[in-house]
Amino acid sequence: MELQTLTYIVVGFTFALYIGIAIWARAGSTKEFYVAGGGIHPIANGMATGADWMSAASFISMAGLIGFSYQGYGGSVFLMGWTGGFVLLATCLAPYLRKYGKYTVPEFIGDRYYSNAARVVAVICLIVASITYVIGQMKGIGVAFSRFLETSYEAGLTAGMVIVFIYAVLGGMKGITYTQIAQYVVLIFAYTIPAIFISLSLTGNPIPQLGLGSSLLSDGTYVLDKLNQVVTELGFAEYTTSTRGSTLNMFVYTMSLMIGTAGLPHVIIRFFTVPSVKGARQSAGWALVFIAILYTTAPAVAAMARLNLMSTIEPTPGVYLEYDQRPQWFKNWETTGLLQFKDKNGDGAIQYSADKETNEMVKIDNDILVLANPEIARLPNWVIALVAAGGLAAALSTAAGLLLAISSAISHDLLKGIFRPNISEKAELRASRIAMSFTVLLAGYLGFNPPDFAAGTVALAFGLAASSIFPALMMGIFYKRMNTQGAIAGMLSGLGVTLFYVFQHKGIMFIQSTSFLGDMSPNWFLGIEPNAFGAVGALINFIVAFAVCKVTAAPPQKVQDLVDYIRAPHGEGTAVNH
Amino acid sequence: MNNNAEAYWRANVSLIIKLLVVWFTVPFLGGIVFVDTFNQFNLGGYPLGFWIAQQGSIYLFVVLIFYYAKKMSDLDDQYEAEE
Repeated sequence: MELQTLTYIVVGFTFALYIGIAIWARAGSTKEFYVAGGGIHPIANGMATGADWMSAASFISMAGLIGFSYQGYGGSVFLMGWTGGFVLLATCLAPYLRKYGKYTVPEFIGDRYYSNAARVVAVICLIVASITYVIGQMKGIGVAFSRFLETSYEAGLTAGMVIVFIYAVLGGMKGITYTQIAQYVVLIFAYTIPAIFISLSLTGNPIPQLGLGSSLLSDGTYVLDKLNQVVTELGFAEYTTSTRGSTLNMFVYTMSLMIGTAGLPHVIIRFFTVPSVKGARQSAGWALVFIAILYTTAPAVAAMARLNLMSTIEPTPGVYLEYDQRPQWFKNWETTGLLQFKDKNGDGAIQYSADKETNEMVKIDNDILVLANPEIARLPNWVIALVAAGGLAAALSTAAGLLLAISSAISHDLLKGIFRPNISEKAELRASRIAMSFTVLLAGYLGFNPPDFAAGTVALAFGLAASSIFPALMMGIFYKRMNTQGAIAGMLSGLGVTLFYVFQHKGIMFIQSTSFLGDMSPNWFLGIEPNAFGAVGALINFIVAFAVCKVTAAPPQKVQDLVDYIRAPHGEGTAVNH
Repeated sequence: MNNNAEAYWRANVSLIIKLLVVWFTVPFLGGIVFVDTFNQFNLGGYPLGFWIAQQGSIYLFVVLIFYYAKKMSDLDDQYEAEE
């Protein structure tokens, strides 16, 4: 069957599934809308968390980032950073926040620090972090549509928005949870099937994680040894040892991504949906199992696809592929502009090297690696169609989780918590649906008109979560003496330092001309890149909070009792009535 | 907070500290700071340090979380029996 027809059928089927689930899982109460009724099984929640967490960036871009931009070993910062945060979440945050039994992250911060000001600061951090993150998902949806279904970017984005709108507004967290489970299944098959095929064809081992440590069927050398040899011959850094900046930069970068992961509100609220504290701990483990399936496959995809690409261009050392002889996938991706060739020496052959002067592969976009992988490995059309559906599932599921975090902060924290505390449940449910509708429209608007700063925003989202939200939550649970003044001073200084560092190198609100130090490594503090600065912000948050807390009054007894309550086992969900 | 609850919390915190020491040591020391040393050894076709950074750490994180969940579940039961 024609590839495009097949893609329409597969994507159409998954969308029908999501809408069917949305109609089945409508939310009838605020509890269902915010936390899916609080009765989701830990394994099911783990799967939903996996889809929630794994975004368009994880699915489409990560393997390419590891394989190309970060040159192999340097990409380890993402692999360790985006998974290690779940250990912090499982031991330091999720169980206690679940025990507390409320609906949102700012709500806990407001109660624990007995202050609406703290709650508002938390709402602002949450909204900025989540909106910057959602723009990337919207772009991912538009791009996936336009590449695979050959629609315009705008038409694709509109179709994606309509789907999210239906199940997020109708079902709230309940609808989102069940669709995320379906989306996880779609995306994990879409990711692993091409990886299995490519591993099998290169090494004879069907498990990519083992294939990467095996030897090649062609000449018996190990995959990684071969790759090191091929890339160094062309002048690139050795694949298994090239670091990203200094060792200190790798260290701080990894730590920032871990702390940021644990502090992202849309991930934390997923643990409010399980029935118990015990369930919250187990669910974090299951979430990481489901995430690890993709994250341990990604390095194999990165290395094998890069090897495949290079041996296509240069079959044997010194013999280059004639441009006229290039394979069909090469032509397909040239038309999208993601792959560009320029015959600099006019010999009609493709020379690929690390030297900018002679390199003729002038552009290899990171996203190519996953998207073109099935074509490079000559897999059947249905696998390519599945990859399209998988990319859309990854973007949609993350977008929905983020939208819920934003809209519940607006309807629950701002409207009910601060402006109209006496609002009825029915009115709040209506308000939360209206907030969700507006949030979807806003995200769509930003998808149509991506602000200039869209590219730099992931750094901002992780920086905010790491430097403000994570320390405030952690101290709230583990340090009973922490008070309002300390928490607010800590959040603002952590946030301030991180924003200042990111802006001074990337430009204020990412407008490059306003960057007064320039994005150049000699100007970086201790050689730490702006994307990696969240951990430093977190450290400053902790120090300032402790210092201020020491010289101000201890929190009232009521708050200390609250901390005792969330620390004690059992009794969850019954003591706090909404 | 009664004595029981305090003992429960102390046990929880000491368990967390132990697990976080492992959580820190393996990826940050084995996978980053001393990665070159570990790369002198091999695991199949993987240099060991590279394997820790791109595979091993992730498996370890999964084990740590389930270990914590199991230990805390035992501790919950024990605490409940003493109530």
